[in-house]
Amino acid sequence: MSQEASSQSQRISMLKVLNPFHIWALGVGIVLVGEFMGWNFSVAKGGAYGALIACWVIGLLYSCVAMIDSEVTSTVAAAGGQYTQAKHIIGPLMAFNVGLYLVMAYTMLEAADALIVGDLMAAVASATGFHDLSPQPFVVLTISFLAWLNYRGVFMTLTVNFVITLFAFLAILALFIGADPLNPGHILKHSDLLTELPYGWIGVVAALQFGMWYYLGIEGTCQAAEEVRSAGRAIPLGTIGGILTLLVAATLTWYISTGLMPWQYLGQATTPLYDAASIIGNPVLQVVLFIGTMFAAIASANGCINDAARAWFSMGRDRYMPTWFGAIHPRYRTPFRSIIFLIPIAVSFAFTGLLDQVITFSILSGLLGYTFMSINMVKFRKMWPLDVIKRGYIHPFHPIPAYTLLGLCSLVYFATFLGYGASLLSIMAFYIVASIWFVKRRYQFVKRGDQFTMPWPRPKGY
Amino acid sequence: MNYWEILSYAAWIISAMLLLWILVDAFSVSRQFDESLLMSSREGADELMAELEKEEGQS
Repeated sequence: MSQEASSQSQRISMLKVLNPFHIWALGVGIVLVGEFMGWNFSVAKGGAYGALIACWVIGLLYSCVAMIDSEVTSTVAAAGGQYTQAKHIIGPLMAFNVGLYLVMAYTMLEAADALIVGDLMAAVASATGFHDLSPQPFVVLTISFLAWLNYRGVFMTLTVNFVITLFAFLAILALFIGADPLNPGHILKHSDLLTELPYGWIGVVAALQFGMWYYLGIEGTCQAAEEVRSAGRAIPLGTIGGILTLLVAATLTWYISTGLMPWQYLGQATTPLYDAASIIGNPVLQVVLFIGTMFAAIASANGCINDAARAWFSMGRDRYMPTWFGAIHPRYRTPFRSIIFLIPIAVSFAFTGLLDQVITFSILSGLLGYTFMSINMVKFRKMWPLDVIKRGYIHPFHPIPAYTLLGLCSLVYFATFLGYGASLLSIMAFYIVASIWFVKRRYQFVKRGDQFTMPWPRPKGY
Repeated sequence: MNYWEILSYAAWIISAMLLLWILVDAFSVSRQFDESLLMSSREGADELMAELEKEEGQS
């Protein structure tokens, strides 16, 4: 045994090295790929205007998520994010479920992102005359490289994410400028292409599910709470800055795409922003948008590995999962065993090639988490009123954001049921079975006193 | 051999090397360091320690 291990009283923890820019890069990095592809399926359901309504209604949903997360996480500054919040505010069963939603949502999104990178490589090969390129080696390379980066330390991981996410965001801005927005009708033909709602208001409701693509993952900023220099400052700044960036990026994406492509084409396009650059006909923009799409997918996978590993690590640390996963690397200070454990799972999801189902599972897992967040928030303010514990950020208009979030989540469940009813029910069944396993088998291993470490006063009413 | 085929093999080889590096390092860390040290982190440790120090100062 080495000298480092000789002192049993020694403790190691994650490094507190991150700043608000890293938090922004984590949140926006996970999400921005949704602007490059995926959001446009909302156009197929609700037409161009339906997609805009979905963009802003779901933008409101995620603004509530960002505000609530910022307040709670600035207080519960621990890895695990919403899992830790649920554990402290509601109880173990909800915490277990939320933790599982987080791990499943991020791991599946990571798999989908790696699939996108593989498919883009195959598309480039096809364009150069080689039609039989398998995407699989590039899928595995993406996951392996990013897992290696995550394993080696959070600072470099999120610094890389900052650079490539910023490039992807600037690519959208460059496309907007390239579309000559000051001269409507010159390149952008909104007056010709915007139509009535093709399927009426029910189409708009159905579009809400795909509106999630614009913002899904911004709540991932909370997972870095244990590694920021100041959680009370960095988490609210990074998260609120992130949602504002995404609202701008989503609106620009809608504006450019609907001004260049008819809704019938846009609703089924694979890479709408790249297609937009191709229609404008500027080869430099085409290259920038291709690189932007690739970078957005890589940034998303990178952030997902970071977040899934921290959620899994936190559950291991609290014995909700085997404690073996709760280990920190003594040199790199990362949850290294959780990172390793999730690699084969992500690769397996990616190798199924079922992008639609993988993404649907990811979206629904996220949605379940948001639903519980609204309940958490109301209870949090009741149990620990504003003057009882110090908060880094206090979100305004409470309880309106919490109730708005609950109402909008219900609406999205209905929208999802319209299009993916069987998936919704099977995912619910999966989590119910997992909950039964936790209650009957796993909870006996949890050291009940050890899981509550926040130095908070006794909750009001207890 | 086609350029894209070479690239595919390169991707497999680099992936294998990265994964091998991770596994070897994880194995060596698990052997080199005590398990109780590796699993000694606690959530909210900073705040907790500050609180404990405050309590100790008062007593």
